[in-house]
Amino acid sequence: MHYQPAQKAGSMERLEARPISAARVGRPLYEKRRKIFPKRAEGRFRRFKWLVMLVTLSIYYLTPWIRWDRSTHAPDQAVLVDLAARRFYFFFIEIWPQEFFFVAGLLVMAGFGLFLVTSAVGRAWCGYACPQTVWVDLFLVVERFIEGDRLARMRLDAGSWTFDKVCKRVAKHAIWLVIGVATGGAWIFYFADAPTLMKSFVALEAEPVAYMTVATLTATTYIFGGHMREQVCTYMCPWPRIQAAMLDENSLVVTYNDWRGEQRARHAKRAAALGEVVGDCVDCNACVAVCPMGIDIRDGQQLECITCALCIDACDGVMDKLGRERGLISYATLRDYSANMALATNNGAIPINPRRVRDGNGVFVQGIRVFDWRIIFRRRVILYFGIWALVGLGMLYALVSRDRLELNVLHDRNPQYVVESDGSVRNGYVIKLLNMIPEPRRITLSLDGMPSARVRIAGQAPGDGQSFSVAVDPDKVTSFKIFVTLPKESLVEAQSGFSFRAEDPSSHERDVYRTNFIQPGTAK
Amino acid sequence: MADKHKHVDDISGVETTGHEWDGIRELNNPMPRWWVYTFYATIIWAVGYAIAYPSWPMLTEATKGVLGYSSRAEVSAELADAKAVQAGNAERIASSPIEDIMADPELKQFAISAGASAFKVNCAPCHGSGAAGGKGFPNLNDNDWLWGGNPKEIYQTIAHGIRYDGDEETRVSEMPVFADMLTPDEMRATAAYVLSLTAMPSNPALVEPGKQLFADNCASCHGADAKGSRELGAPNLADAIWLKGEGEQAITDQMRSPKHGVMPGWVKRVGDPVVKDLAIFVHSLGGGE
Repeated sequence: MHYQPAQKAGSMERLEARPISAARVGRPLYEKRRKIFPKRAEGRFRRFKWLVMLVTLSIYYLTPWIRWDRSTHAPDQAVLVDLAARRFYFFFIEIWPQEFFFVAGLLVMAGFGLFLVTSAVGRAWCGYACPQTVWVDLFLVVERFIEGDRLARMRLDAGSWTFDKVCKRVAKHAIWLVIGVATGGAWIFYFADAPTLMKSFVALEAEPVAYMTVATLTATTYIFGGHMREQVCTYMCPWPRIQAAMLDENSLVVTYNDWRGEQRARHAKRAAALGEVVGDCVDCNACVAVCPMGIDIRDGQQLECITCALCIDACDGVMDKLGRERGLISYATLRDYSANMALATNNGAIPINPRRVRDGNGVFVQGIRVFDWRIIFRRRVILYFGIWALVGLGMLYALVSRDRLELNVLHDRNPQYVVESDGSVRNGYVIKLLNMIPEPRRITLSLDGMPSARVRIAGQAPGDGQSFSVAVDPDKVTSFKIFVTLPKESLVEAQSGFSFRAEDPSSHERDVYRTNFIQPGTAK
Repeated sequence: MADKHKHVDDISGVETTGHEWDGIRELNNPMPRWWVYTFYATIIWAVGYAIAYPSWPMLTEATKGVLGYSSRAEVSAELADAKAVQAGNAERIASSPIEDIMADPELKQFAISAGASAFKVNCAPCHGSGAAGGKGFPNLNDNDWLWGGNPKEIYQTIAHGIRYDGDEETRVSEMPVFADMLTPDEMRATAAYVLSLTAMPSNPALVEPGKQLFADNCASCHGADAKGSRELGAPNLADAIWLKGEGEQAITDQMRSPKHGVMPGWVKRVGDPVVKDLAIFVHSLGGGE
């Protein structure tokens, strides 16, 4: 786009907005927090944030209500963390407590996912997907709806307590609390059958822990989203520190391009007429007014910046009105920024001179660096993606190849063996059969590697077999005790190890457990 | 050195504490307000807590607290709850014959658990915590039963004991003293015969005379085939289990001056339902008939 001289530059409204949150502002350490009244922004990033908000909130509030047929052994809920029965259901996946490493794997993936996204596109998590960002945004929607936009809210806040103000404030806090209750309420539905819990919750018959959870989450949502807002990001959250460490000169950050904007001039035309060097920034403060963190991005990179890009939207809007090219504030890598800065200052030899980066018609000169999307495919990004994908593929493999029949054997320790009256030796074992599918099965249990031994279930008549079959309940652990008896004649063998084999004759699924047989000569 | 005048730091504009070390002064930054208020709140909470709950140690006991809480009462309540949960099964065990309990899997499991715990308290000192016994104390896991191994017989043994003076229904049997009836050589021969029955090492020359001696002196109680008698509590001598020890010496010792174990009767001490629990538990150990 070609640079067009501003037609209505003089008509640009200048907002009296000051950064109030940045470290650069130099407030005393224990000063009372100054309120931030973010102005409503419009533009492509704002639209993207609306979309992200819609998607994330929908996922959060609606997921527990997705139904999934689980016959009789569990609630028909697609996503359910059943702590009482120690099962985790996620659509067609059912996870048992000993398979909790899947959850650990998901956390590892979440970690590497954060590294990946951050090294590629900067603090995108903070700006778009973080629950704090999403709920603060939601609370701001309510605030704006009731109290109006920035100036109206500032006026209302400064004004005396009129009836109108009380009404507005009560309405606002009431709606915030309702959102808080809905947020806490949605959380508990992940841990029990949602429709049942909903009924008992409303009828005041639910478990106390449900009310406590809702109360806690209501309080935290209301306090964090309504009252603490940017302070959570700045003072409480460890992510910004971790994410800051993930950034390098090739990561995308929200950048004020001062090589283009400086010297900023409120009356650019007048200044230009006087022969002064002026940049594109008209010092309208729109970027400061929309910032939910209360910072001025023109001060450079700041810890407080969550890269929500609303300042980009605000500035682009102003540039459009002025008929100038967008991108005075933009996503850029620090490398690009430095290259352009070097161009504008002749490698630092002179103060910023916008004439060095564009000609009289506003066309940017050759050599100006714009964002090249290929920069995100660099080595560390590929490495993070590789690790992330490796963990994911490993989990996927573990998921499709995992056993749904598991055998655990516990050898009796007291006594370790029993000599029977005919001189044979008997060992006791507690067998645990885990049937991890929701259908009943008949499992055959047999001995491997000890042909002369005989096995029987405790409490049943002695058999002479090497195997027996046992019915196991769906989705349950079946536990029983068995005795293995080795005849006297076989004791001369240096018998020690053998295996139990559990097998489902219909699916041929099997599990083997190696254990020991202890006899007088071997007992220690 | 301490400075009595207020000193304000030039750079930060914050008052200092007045302390100075080699030109370095300490800023006197106040605590954040919420922090201080939280601190006050903990003090108020502590006072309230000390009033509500037992706290101050006095000379002989501690203050009771206005809520009347005590951990002992809480434990009693929990115990009462647990007993209430068990009550149904416990009553059914008390009122059912042992065969009915054995026939009901749930009740049987309850009895086994109760019996296991009663066993640890009452029986483990002699029979061992795993019921494996020891020399002179029968192993309850094996399938060798002096007085019978079905639940009713086990019940009888536990309830009234063996050679137990405190119970008239107790089971009594005694092995005669053979010191005056048999010579040491005859006893050795008898032992050789008994050992030969279980294919254990013995003097082959003595087996044949021992057989006759056994028939004359021992068969009346232990049976012609030496398999013992449960009516008399006479041990099976043809099996692999030796309560008083294996080998010729142990056998002749038992003939010369027999040792007799005593098992107390338990029904008067622990009551009928617990004896049922114990009998079913012992039966479940693997050797029950």
